[in-house]
Amino acid sequence: MATVTLEQVTVPLRTFELRLSLAVDSTVALIGPSGAGKSTVLNTIAGLAKPASGSIRCDGKTWFDAERRICLRPEERRVGLVFQDYALFPHLTVRQNIEYARRSSADAYLDRFGIGHLEHARPGSLSGGERQRVALARALARDPEILLLDEPLSALDAHTKIDVRAELQQLLAELEIPALLVTHDFEDAAALAGEVGVLVEGQLRQSGSPADLVAQPADPFVASFTGANLLQGQPVWAGANTTGVRLEDGTLISTSGDRNGDGPVTLAVYPWDITISRTHPDDSAMNVVAGAITAITELGNRARVTIGPLSAEITVDSLRRLGLEHGERAYASFKATGTRVVAGRGG
Amino acid sequence: MRRAIGFGLLVAIAMLALAFLALPIVGIFVHTSPGKVLHQLSNPVVKDAFVVSLKTSLIAQALILLFGTPTAYLLATRRFPGHSLAITLVELPLVLPPAVAGIGLLTALGTQGLLGSSLSALGVTIPFTQTAVTVAVAYVASPLYIRQAIATFEATDPQLTAASRTLGAGPMRTFFRVVLPLARGGLIAGLALSFARGLGEFGATIMFAGSLQGVTQTVPLAIYSEFDQSFDAALAMSGVLVLISAALLLTLRIGLSWQRSPSSRSLSLFGLSSSA
Repeated sequence: MATVTLEQVTVPLRTFELRLSLAVDSTVALIGPSGAGKSTVLNTIAGLAKPASGSIRCDGKTWFDAERRICLRPEERRVGLVFQDYALFPHLTVRQNIEYARRSSADAYLDRFGIGHLEHARPGSLSGGERQRVALARALARDPEILLLDEPLSALDAHTKIDVRAELQQLLAELEIPALLVTHDFEDAAALAGEVGVLVEGQLRQSGSPADLVAQPADPFVASFTGANLLQGQPVWAGANTTGVRLEDGTLISTSGDRNGDGPVTLAVYPWDITISRTHPDDSAMNVVAGAITAITELGNRARVTIGPLSAEITVDSLRRLGLEHGERAYASFKATGTRVVAGRGG
Repeated sequence: MRRAIGFGLLVAIAMLALAFLALPIVGIFVHTSPGKVLHQLSNPVVKDAFVVSLKTSLIAQALILLFGTPTAYLLATRRFPGHSLAITLVELPLVLPPAVAGIGLLTALGTQGLLGSSLSALGVTIPFTQTAVTVAVAYVASPLYIRQAIATFEATDPQLTAASRTLGAGPMRTFFRVVLPLARGGLIAGLALSFARGLGEFGATIMFAGSLQGVTQTVPLAIYSEFDQSFDAALAMSGVLVLISAALLLTLRIGLSWQRSPSSRSLSLFGLSSSA
């Protein structure tokens, strides 16, 4: 598999500068809030935006090098870019869209993506999922050396998204070229990519496997972006294995995480490490927060239950079994080992 | 009750305005008939005028299309120093009194004009020839096409041109296979507007080209010269011009609706494009 390398690439953006070094040799996801420069990364690789400095290489070929004044045009780079809104040509049929790149006949791609019956349809009459398949087929028909996906799931409704994500997962697993996708959703990134980089204001905050990011979030931002509850407080005692932290509302939390110094700390607790019960639990969990349920949100077969500062994820079956209702008093408990100290105190 | 009076007043004013706009057209058709028009078409003055108008208009519109389209595309897709000056230049003939345009063309291309001596050295004389009619029409009508073309190109989704480039098409292929087909309706609408304006051109033409039957006398000039000689001829020509203008207006509407349907469909279904 080819490797696309970005070295010290900088792009001045409106309020900050994108600075990035990255090697893409499998499926990599960049996640971050909107406006973090994610799409700009894809545009610079595709040749649609020109960096101020740095270099971009695809194996031995130089696509961009500021010092050597090399900047290949987009049509010279062999990149398959799937736009967020797909950017299908509205005046061409599905077949004509796919054959636009003219590298190969559309037949193989129509078959592979199961869109043969749509070959004479125009993009305006397709559903979101169908459009994405056409956009993917068109990008791959270019015979690219890297596949770039800009927010591949954000234009879809929640129901379609689940199916399309599964399709995309399979496609990426079978793909013989590296792929770089950007998304603002950590769950999508974790489902699709083996390596995830967190991009904030143009800088890579942390990168690693999805499991690494969850296990060791580098800072409060990464923790909250990967879905953790953030609890801020002051260490009040330190034992052999655990530290006691008093939160701003007075609740005392035990954590087994390592902390640096005596300053205020931020703890990360993932929703799936929190248990919800109707009565005060009598088990090994050291931390119990009691309070009224302020929100219940069902997402497919799972539900988010919010008590005080904590959002817990339980199955819908558990929700039904416990008969939990909005406004009722309940207990959220988690083990000291379920907490991570994320360096410093931030928000 | 009060509301009803207010609404009645509104309707009355609108009716008055519409009647004012319709009356001259009605007047022309009340005083002429298809038979009279056909009869007048064998009048050499009328026939010559239509030949001159058609010939000069077609050449002028072809030139506008050929030079105006790339100019409009450049102005719509690139920002450069002097961009707004260029836009002003494009729009200037639109607001310039036609007589001033005529004087301007004479001082530029006349025998005593800026380029006059170089042109006569090449053996080319423009004023008071059919070429002068074409030049006057092109000068006066071009802003209507170029403005509409700029607006149309600006409305083309830049993601589509970007997609075309990443799919291996160079700027030229992208222009002919993506930009032009999507802009087609808007460009046709602009051309219809420009054609209508050019066909009605009077002031600049009479000053720069004169009114010589069979050479530079266009339909509007012939209407003016005939209306105290043969009112029937003037009426017949006016009637035909009304019909042509109506046809052009229809073309304009069809062109614009064509333009709107693919792009608005893509806007509402694709959602707004982001550039984060």
